[in-house]
Amino acid sequence: MLAFTLRRAIQAIGVMIAVGIISFSMFRFAGDPVNQIVAIDTSAAERAEIRHSLGLDDPFPVQFSRYFINAAQFKFGVSYQFRQPVASLLKERMPATLELATCATILAMVFGILMGVYSALRRDSFLAKVFQAVSLVGISLPTFLIGILLIYLFSVTLGWLPSFGRGEVVHIGWWTTGLLTVSGLKALVMPAITLGLFQMTLIMRLVRAEMLEVLRTDYIRFARARGLTTRAIHFGHALKNTLVPVITVAGLQFGSVIAFAIITETVFQWPGMGLLFVQAVQNVDIPIMAAYLLVVSLIFVTINLIVDILYTVVDPRLRSTISRPA
Amino acid sequence: MTEPVLSVRNLQVEFITRRSVLRAIDGVSFDIAKGEVLGVVGESGAGKSVTGLAVIGLIDPPGRIAGGEIYLSGVRIDNLPQEEMRRLRGKRIGMIFQDPLTSLNPLYRIGDQLIETIRTHLNLSESAARKRAIDLLAEVGIPAPDKRIDAYPHEFSGGMRQRVVIALAICAEPELIIADEPTTALDVSVQAQIITLIKRLGRDHGTAVMLVTHDMGVIAETSARVAVMYSGRIAEIGPVQDVVQHPLHPYAKGLMGAIPTLASDARRLMQIPGSMPRLSAIPTGCAFNPRCEFAFDRCRVERPEPIRQGAQAVACHLYDAAAETAA
Repeated sequence: MLAFTLRRAIQAIGVMIAVGIISFSMFRFAGDPVNQIVAIDTSAAERAEIRHSLGLDDPFPVQFSRYFINAAQFKFGVSYQFRQPVASLLKERMPATLELATCATILAMVFGILMGVYSALRRDSFLAKVFQAVSLVGISLPTFLIGILLIYLFSVTLGWLPSFGRGEVVHIGWWTTGLLTVSGLKALVMPAITLGLFQMTLIMRLVRAEMLEVLRTDYIRFARARGLTTRAIHFGHALKNTLVPVITVAGLQFGSVIAFAIITETVFQWPGMGLLFVQAVQNVDIPIMAAYLLVVSLIFVTINLIVDILYTVVDPRLRSTISRPA
Repeated sequence: MTEPVLSVRNLQVEFITRRSVLRAIDGVSFDIAKGEVLGVVGESGAGKSVTGLAVIGLIDPPGRIAGGEIYLSGVRIDNLPQEEMRRLRGKRIGMIFQDPLTSLNPLYRIGDQLIETIRTHLNLSESAARKRAIDLLAEVGIPAPDKRIDAYPHEFSGGMRQRVVIALAICAEPELIIADEPTTALDVSVQAQIITLIKRLGRDHGTAVMLVTHDMGVIAETSARVAVMYSGRIAEIGPVQDVVQHPLHPYAKGLMGAIPTLASDARRLMQIPGSMPRLSAIPTGCAFNPRCEFAFDRCRVERPEPIRQGAQAVACHLYDAAAETAA
């Protein structure tokens, strides 16, 4: 088990180095950084001077390892546009994005699983058909459109919810949270729904399909033949078997929720990392873009690692194949 | 005369499809006495398994019991409400399925599955149920049951898993066990052990067993009586010795002739020409008539009723005629 975790952790580091190379090469593709610093009339000697003092004349491996070592300590350099360290900018924006993504995922998981289980068990009921229809909408409508529709309905027409921003936030250490104020919660509702809707319909359809599959298996038939209660069969035996693939998808989707947050944050002007990234793209603020790439990949890789470990908690068969050396 | 544990009278099971109603079981009647093992044989699709599922009340829509009666120790059970039928399942009727590899939930320890089943049916504490679970595992021949109880299904071999399945089926001491091809998925050497186990259960606990299989060897080994099914009907029923050595029904004759034996001199095995009709195209009269070399006009029109011939009963017009001429 420990060996398995270690092996996965080493793989994760490998992925991070690869992402680091891509992120680092962004600086080179966007042109000579020296040109962006100096004035037009700076002499070639001065340019060489600056290039040398910044270490830009070192060979690629030296530059890259310097970059990567710094990045590993969360030193991402200074933003061109804000003239502030990128790390502190990201740190300031991260709570907003993580809060939004977490709420959206919880929303998606809770409602997705409930609706999925319901529509598998009461396949022919009216409500199950409504869920199926709604899920089609959720899967096919693009995120930004849902966001705009929600704003139109609840902010413009009904005036119930704010159309942009995060509301009042409370500082807890360096973390800021909108979950503790009424205006913060109100501001969170629409972005969380917008961001979570796609995941919710995905999870719902997955749970429904898996559950129907599991209900046809021999061990469910045998459980019925043993006279277990319907509740024990559905929620004890069937649901647990359904959850293995759901964990994978939900875990991987958490990563893409953070990535999709770019769109949702733009629509709702949500002050998170995604919005920062969009602004950085508009201003060719490479340090922010590179750092965003690294941070999002780190989150992705970490979640993957957690999902792999969670699997073995749920499924005893994996535990024994893992403990045996491959 | 004591009441039979299971009594099935004129059972009919239908499957409703978009086009038509298919009759999978049509007028099946049989009894199983206390401690008796009744073998049910026939080709795939003859209705053996469906009969078993009908008895335990697990026919799923679009299938339904369309007629007839099922009595368990004299009490009618085919018309019980779902919840009462559920209480009966596992408590008074146990069932064993064909494939032990897929019958157990892979995510739960076998002990948890046993304890859950025991506590569903018997009013026992967690620890008493655990103790009973260990006793059951010992009874079905699992070595070191107090350790193995905390193992997961995938940590057992096929034969051992089938023992666990049997332990689960008998955990509330049912009067009747329906074993649906319990040995088909197992190695021959393991088959013998499982057969011995099932036989012992009948002997020690007086459990009646309905043993569904297509393996005549298994039937000869375990059962006192055997029912030969064809197209959802019983063609012949009687003591195993009689049916195996002197089959009466032409189909039963064909079936017994198709069993290879080491002792027999015959160069070729007997074959029954043709194949069993689909449910949507069961011929009128005797279902076997298109394949029967003795078929005459009456067989194509009138359905034969079971006729007693000594200890056997056979649904064939040949014997009706014989009885008439003898009279």
